Amino acid sequence: MKNITVRFCGDSGDGMQLTGNMFAQLAAEMGNEISTLPDFPAEIRAPQGTLGGVSAFQVELGQEVYTSGDKADVVVAMNAAALKVCTLGSHFNHPQAHFDEEFSLFHRHAILIVDTDSLTDKDLEKAQYHTPNPFEELGIPESVQIVPVALTTLTKEALKDSGMDNKSVLKCRNMFALGLIYWLFDEPMEKAIHLLEEKFKKKPALVAPNTKVMVDGYNYGQNLALNVQQVHLDQVPSDQVLSDQVTKCTYTSIAGNKATAWGLIAAAEKAGKRLFLGSYPITPATDILHELAARKDMNVMAIQAEDEIAGVCTAIGAAFAGDLACTSTSGPGLSLKSEAIGLAVMAELPLVVIDVQRGGPSTGLPTKTEQTDLLQALYGRNGECPAVVIAASSSANCFDYAYEACKIALENMTPVILLTDTYLANGTALWRIPKLAELPEIHPQTVPEELKGHYNPALRDARGVRYWAFPGMEGYEHRNIGLERDAEKGTISTNPENHEQMVLARKHKIEQIANSIPNLQIIHTASADRSRLCRDKKSSNPQIPMSDTLLVGWGSTEGHLHAAANELNCALAHFNYICPLPKNTHEILSQYKRIVVCELNTGQFAAYLRAQFPDLHIEQYNEIQGQPFAVERIVNFVKNN
Amino acid sequence: MEASQFKSDQYVRFCPGCGDHAICMALQKAMAQIGIPTHQVAVISGIGCSSRMPHYLNTYGFNTIHGRGGAIATGVKTSHPELTVWQMSGDGDCLAIGGNHFIHEIRRNVDLNVCLFNNRIYGLTKGQYSPTSPKGFVSKSSPFGTVERPFVPAELVLGARGTFFARTLDVDVPTTVDCLVAAQQHKGASIVECLVNCVIFNNGTHSWIADREQREEHSIILRHGEKMIFGKNKDKGLAVEIDPQTFVPRLIVVPADDERVLVHDAHQQDPTLHRLLALMGQERNLEVPSAQVPSTKDELPIALGVIRDVEAETYNDAVNNQIAEVRGKAKAKTFDELTATLEQWTM
Repeated sequence: MKNITVRFCGDSGDGMQLTGNMFAQLAAEMGNEISTLPDFPAEIRAPQGTLGGVSAFQVELGQEVYTSGDKADVVVAMNAAALKVCTLGSHFNHPQAHFDEEFSLFHRHAILIVDTDSLTDKDLEKAQYHTPNPFEELGIPESVQIVPVALTTLTKEALKDSGMDNKSVLKCRNMFALGLIYWLFDEPMEKAIHLLEEKFKKKPALVAPNTKVMVDGYNYGQNLALNVQQVHLDQVPSDQVLSDQVTKCTYTSIAGNKATAWGLIAAAEKAGKRLFLGSYPITPATDILHELAARKDMNVMAIQAEDEIAGVCTAIGAAFAGDLACTSTSGPGLSLKSEAIGLAVMAELPLVVIDVQRGGPSTGLPTKTEQTDLLQALYGRNGECPAVVIAASSSANCFDYAYEACKIALENMTPVILLTDTYLANGTALWRIPKLAELPEIHPQTVPEELKGHYNPALRDARGVRYWAFPGMEGYEHRNIGLERDAEKGTISTNPENHEQMVLARKHKIEQIANSIPNLQIIHTASADRSRLCRDKKSSNPQIPMSDTLLVGWGSTEGHLHAAANELNCALAHFNYICPLPKNTHEILSQYKRIVVCELNTGQFAAYLRAQFPDLHIEQYNEIQGQPFAVERIVNFVKNN
Repeated sequence: MEASQFKSDQYVRFCPGCGDHAICMALQKAMAQIGIPTHQVAVISGIGCSSRMPHYLNTYGFNTIHGRGGAIATGVKTSHPELTVWQMSGDGDCLAIGGNHFIHEIRRNVDLNVCLFNNRIYGLTKGQYSPTSPKGFVSKSSPFGTVERPFVPAELVLGARGTFFARTLDVDVPTTVDCLVAAQQHKGASIVECLVNCVIFNNGTHSWIADREQREEHSIILRHGEKMIFGKNKDKGLAVEIDPQTFVPRLIVVPADDERVLVHDAHQQDPTLHRLLALMGQERNLEVPSAQVPSTKDELPIALGVIRDVEAETYNDAVNNQIAEVRGKAKAKTFDELTATLEQWTM
């Protein structure tokens, strides 16, 4: 088996995120690629045992892992509500809904481990079952291998001599499930125990009972010889790894938000600047604030401001004073920051704005993923207000694009909006740990010495980028403004020709950044197999070969689109640089007869591309359900349309 | 240093007769007296007439967006505490659109010198009522008179646990300079309410004390350590008494030679007396007709000068000290050292 998807689901209080993370981390340490999807409700603690309180963690592991998996191969369901939600998927609220492979969160041939102690009449009532037999009621097909385990009883048994109270004992149930899954995957227990000790480092009293329960879970699988086959993933021979990458590399698993924070830290050190973050708590971006507030050892100044506007404004103040300044938020916060971002555009100050997108509009779906802030990032400001927009496309490369956002901002005196989303932010992936020395140089646009005494804030270099002078520098005193400035003197100007000149200067400044970003690459190339065809309704040619079809995406959907392109055997172009676009964008796109832009919105990037390249015919495929793409649905769309 | 060193090359565009001219001059004088070099001074403003001020001062300046000067100044000062940071703002910029940033910069005690130009009107948008306009005030946006209860800025400052509050009057340049210098000397958020006249849209709004004949009878200049004496003939003093029915303390006017005359203590941490002093005469600003009511012999004067000036840790110091402390103890101080602390494996 090449790769496999595991889903842990239970009540919000059952510790599913911790369990899932521990499993994913061990899998990664054992040489698997991983991609994870935490899927939890917005309520911190919904009523126990209810459908609304189900929290889940999904991970795909193996080789060539592009996504966190469409559907699970192995499921752990800790209670009746979780069983219902994972069986029915988005239809869990429909009365009389039955297992339907289209909506279910697991496959027809999945292994389903269920805590039978949590299926009492009371549990079933809370989860809105109508009959005493949940499996029958849900219509789970016989092909699904149900593994009933008395998790609660077995956990109590394991800890009967521990002297712990009942409530504390029950909190260890998740470790029994984890031990069982470790057995299923034949993971080495000594590493698992070491990892558990790491996770509970700050609560040493919990190490022994949790270890006991986890080991008992493992032994339960082994000794009682559960009627389940252990799963063995294909191991990549070590020489094959080495042939790809000549030197051995060091890896860890990292969540997108943490990777983003660390990208900023690395960029600040490389640029010789202090990192300043002005932020306000907002789901799902808050972990960036958490991480940077904890990184005082790295000399980071992270301010929790009084509101979103103050978050960006304190950052603008720090940028004015010469720091590498950032603000982190999600869609609603980006709306609030719009005017201030416009100020940074006008004042031509370096500023990094991180938007961890979530379901919108308004409060929307705070814990779910979406790509719906693209047009806001591109255009959501008053006046002609161009800013750089880039997007990360994996949890791990949040690091690279956060770094790149800082580099572009400092070298081009402009706000840069970095788009990530819930999927990347909370998901974890394998990250090759870089050394600072191997990261690209960053050269802030600090004013050269020869301008001392005759500096003004409108002076530009040959690229059209103005110079940065900040308080404390003697001989460069000046007044910066949000008003229009004179193109020569830098003072307030209302002159009509000057305004047009300045609008174009700011536009040009953003456009010239295309000279220093990488060209668009075709990530997945179709083989010349012309037997695979797809229909094209619009074209006079009734059938376009897959080799002439190009999937296009941007941001967090890269993994799903890569998997879809693999399956379709068509080409994929994926964008990380959105404004400006890579210089060869038209050249690449125009080589394909069929272009399908796939996004988690109603077609924002497709609309943007059509506006840039009106000569291209661009199709679109969209999902807006607050969930990542399902590869299967993309494939079906491209095949059948 | 000389005041001329702080004058920029820009032509001052306040309306002829505007009170902001006098404050601008006082700022240049105060900055020269303080003597911090121009490149170490940053003047941040929002939007409004008073927010044009940075253009006329030969320091680093940033004329930003409406209401946000406080947040931007907080960013400048916190990230670079070695700089002297001034904020120029008005009653609309600071108390309406920027009200949140205003109370939080005070609460946090960011070491800023804030000039709050209070002319009780929106001048730059050509004459709408502001949060300090008295109830019943007729303006373009309140043709039948406002129905709103106004703010008293001092009350807001003290309510946000402010550590420094001074009040001055545009036409009294020496007092303004004294207040500005004191604001700079105070470590923390120093709010100087500058009562300024808007000659175009709200002429005479402070005439109760701005008219030379009335000023000494209707106002008192408070100086730390000095007796609270006022009046043209220096014949009146201020004392405090407890209302026997309600036990509420209140200020009263007594003869200057009365032994009960208070000595001003701006450094007293307890804000009770500062609040009473700052609120003297403010009822005249709450409703329109009251400003025209003739004064009585016992009427309390409006307090000018430094009313409150107490010590407290500044936000910028606290933030920077904490970083220094954590960094001092940290084993990993660089990115490469940080990544070395991660749980990691080689593949």
